[in-house]
Amino acid sequence: MPVLCSSCADKRAVLKRPKTGHSLCKECFFWAFEEEVHQTIVAAQLFKHGETVGIAASGGKDSTVLAHVMKVLNERYNYGLELMLLSVDEGITGYRDDSLETVKRNQQQYELPLKIVSYEELYGWTMDAIVKQVGLKNNCTFCGVFRRQALDRGAIMLKVDKICTGHNADDVAETVLMNVLRGDIARLRRCTAISTTSEGDGVVPRCKPLKYAYEKEIVLYAYFKKLDYFSTECIYSPNAYRGHARTFLKDLESVRPSSIMDVIHSGENLSVREGVKMPVQGTCSRCGYISSQALCKSCVLLEGLNRGLPKLGIGKHHRLHDKILSQQPLTEKEERKLKSVDF
Amino acid sequence: MSKFSSICFHFCVPRLRPYVAGIGSKRPPDCFREYFIHKFRAMLGKNRIIFPGEKVLLAVSGGPSSCSMLSQVQEGLSQNAHKKLRFIPGIVYIDEGAAAGRSVDDRKTAMAQMQTLFEATGFPFHLVPLEQVLDLSPSVLVMAPSPSEQPGSAYKAAVDQFIQSKGHWPPRPQDQDQDQDLDQASLPDIQESHTQLLQQLMSSTKTQTAREELLSMLRQHLLVHTARTKGYSKLMLGDCCSRLAVKLLSSIALGRGAQLAQDTGFSDSRYGDIITVRPMRDYSSKEIVFYNHMFKVPSIFIPGLDTMTADKSSIQRLTESFVTKLQADFPSTVSTIYRTSEKLQTAWKGSCAADVCDTCLLCLCALDTTVGDCSYRLFL
Repeated sequence: MPVLCSSCADKRAVLKRPKTGHSLCKECFFWAFEEEVHQTIVAAQLFKHGETVGIAASGGKDSTVLAHVMKVLNERYNYGLELMLLSVDEGITGYRDDSLETVKRNQQQYELPLKIVSYEELYGWTMDAIVKQVGLKNNCTFCGVFRRQALDRGAIMLKVDKICTGHNADDVAETVLMNVLRGDIARLRRCTAISTTSEGDGVVPRCKPLKYAYEKEIVLYAYFKKLDYFSTECIYSPNAYRGHARTFLKDLESVRPSSIMDVIHSGENLSVREGVKMPVQGTCSRCGYISSQALCKSCVLLEGLNRGLPKLGIGKHHRLHDKILSQQPLTEKEERKLKSVDF
Repeated sequence: MSKFSSICFHFCVPRLRPYVAGIGSKRPPDCFREYFIHKFRAMLGKNRIIFPGEKVLLAVSGGPSSCSMLSQVQEGLSQNAHKKLRFIPGIVYIDEGAAAGRSVDDRKTAMAQMQTLFEATGFPFHLVPLEQVLDLSPSVLVMAPSPSEQPGSAYKAAVDQFIQSKGHWPPRPQDQDQDQDLDQASLPDIQESHTQLLQQLMSSTKTQTAREELLSMLRQHLLVHTARTKGYSKLMLGDCCSRLAVKLLSSIALGRGAQLAQDTGFSDSRYGDIITVRPMRDYSSKEIVFYNHMFKVPSIFIPGLDTMTADKSSIQRLTESFVTKLQADFPSTVSTIYRTSEKLQTAWKGSCAADVCDTCLLCLCALDTTVGDCSYRLFL
């Protein structure tokens, strides 16, 4: 006896929703998913009429679904937004070049303008070259820091008012767990915010419309809508610390599916004691980007790469900022510490 | 004498100190025993919350951490202690055998063992079966008014006020005798019908996670009730650093982020008149086990609800196995989580007047259900 959709009770159910366990038919599932993203956007007032919005597209499932849903909702509810695709090329052979082909196909399918910025043109280094110098343990730090700046630079080149990224509920929950495990109290406060609130010339605000969408549902949506996306993991990521948080979260989800939302709820309600030292936002003295130190992280990392000191930027390095700014050479002891790399 | 590599006169092995990631320590002490005892005193002394002459109830489960706490209290109150502790202790043991599915004989044996252990200390003790929680009146769910305003910096003033109102130091003989009551004469009587009722309650929960939450809530209510009725004003729990790190992570996974500071902090004043303290929260489980082994602190293992359950049976078990495995690869995991918990605060104290805030009926913490601009509750 076939199970009927629990929403319309008319068609046969084809899937069970990971978030709620309801059995739904295809159309009702699409409608539920899109409606929830719409509610997120409206309740948090993410966009204003007439804004230009850059969709950070990597060719993976999250950004492909994001681009598709944004286009659908923009037309259905008249957001009045002008949408564009923005992509970052980190220079990882066998991974990024393939996913970029997907983005180019998306551009044609959704008829949206596309801009690609690459690490090569912005920093003079590709991820392949970075990994050769840094090894496989701390490379994610480099990639993440550089990508953040690259997105902002690309957004300024495209002249968009906002960027939206495809971070989903699982990503936000993983970040909360990771920040607790790492003891990063400053990030713990900020990571559950749905949009960033920094002002400044070099910074474009960014938001996460898919913040409350489960990763499993995104996959189901992309599968049933037959969307074109690239689904391989980054070849350099297996040793990342985030992997531990991810495995834990997946196990939690298997015990109790609402855990992902519960973690996000906990993260939103954490309150920090007064008197705990918090970083203050300023600007980098070298490139003018926002930073809480004298030099922004990507300048420090770049300096390390250019000088052949891969560990500069990993670990504590505040005291060396002045030396770097004034172009002084580092002492031999400092150089030795920063050079050692364990593969 | 102090820098010799020979065994120090406390018979400690020198420089044997389990990995502790420098919680507050600047230099490894030469004597582990002094270090261990000092940490306990420092924890109580730093957070000046226990007044001289106050009656403090120690919740002992028989496990290594709470038995270690008991032995520290004994040590601190003994005649030859340096800077003696000055409060009046009592002990409580809650028998959860009904919830854990143990037979009546097993429970009786465990109770008898605990009785022997407690009698050796000389402190007044209470053996309470968990079934008693079914008889409690709803008043246990109400926050009682606290006896005085939080002292803040005026510790001395608070102590004076306390002594004037009811405390006496040194304790008078008649204060101590009133607790040598019927509880200790014989093992408490457990009615079969109560046991069945309790078991029905436990099995009505659908998941193991919910069952463990229920058990800890019942246990907490019974502890608070015992403290109230027997005249104690402070409750000491033996949670150690490792346990609290697991509790913190599993609370986050359960959605209890707003209440983290009260659930895992040093002191918890949600009940008003009874303040819960956790003096063992600075010790890792490794340190406690080493100390107990070296200095022959007695403890009894009593199987609980989650003994021998699979890793994925409940969120609490899953978190425990996750933290333990991660700690093996990254030895600073537990202390980092502990450090994070120290930086959190109780949301309700700052945000609204104490009486006006709505509190949860079951756990008495401030409600976190106000729907913000964009909250996950819209999407469930």
